Amino acid sequence: MTVVDSLFLFFSVALVLSAVMVIVSPHAVVSALYLTLVFTFTAGLYILLQAFFLAVLQILVYAGAIMVLFLFVIMLLDRREPCRWWSRNLPALVGGPMVGLTFGVAVWATLKRTTWPEVAPETLFRGDLAQVMTPVFTRFLLPVEITGLLLLAATIGVVVLTRKEGQP
Amino acid sequence: MMIGLNHYLAVSAILFGLGLACILVRRDILLILMGLEMNLNAANLALVAFSRFGHGATGQVMTFFVMAIAAAEAAIGLAIVVALFRKGKSTRVNEFRTLRG
Repeated sequence: MTVVDSLFLFFSVALVLSAVMVIVSPHAVVSALYLTLVFTFTAGLYILLQAFFLAVLQILVYAGAIMVLFLFVIMLLDRREPCRWWSRNLPALVGGPMVGLTFGVAVWATLKRTTWPEVAPETLFRGDLAQVMTPVFTRFLLPVEITGLLLLAATIGVVVLTRKEGQP
Repeated sequence: MMIGLNHYLAVSAILFGLGLACILVRRDILLILMGLEMNLNAANLALVAFSRFGHGATGQVMTFFVMAIAAAEAAIGLAIVVALFRKGKSTRVNEFRTLRG
């Protein structure tokens, strides 16, 4: 077992455990902190996949910006009492795991039947920054511009949505 | 054991299933948004794995776009949560029945 294999096992097991903790913990703040862990471990998996730039972006955008936004809103709403989500919630308790299990079995069966072409380790894609970002500014230039427009629309939308009523 | 595409896809599928379960089980808008983020993250992981084992940068470029859209979605979603909390003093989806047709 090489170092990469053991790192993969560690990151994926920790990822799944943190994701389970996001679901089961009764406090929203604790859930958000475990979600930060999920994003961080995903960044570790990106590093194992040689996607270094995306790993940095993952930490900056997800574990940084998005989680700060989540924690800010949770603390703004200031709900101190724990959410006892498991009580009086039988349909969700039965239906949620059922859907998850069905999905998991379907994916497992698909993965079991599929054989991927053998890839020699030295021909695997190593994404350095120029190789990854050159298509962004050449082939995918129009989607980048549309994404910029979308972010502008989101900014304006947030300002409009959180405006208090009666104010101009 | 050689870690291949199958293993990464399995982790991605498990993460997606857990995100789906989070959306279905928790009746709190904040937790539903967190489950959505987990789903997007699982899709990103699958895209990066395909990019690594499929010799192309396109998967990583798509991940870049998904990240931008996830940021916009989180901002809009949390703004809606704040607006709903101002109206209904709660973040439970079961208590927002005014939208029911």
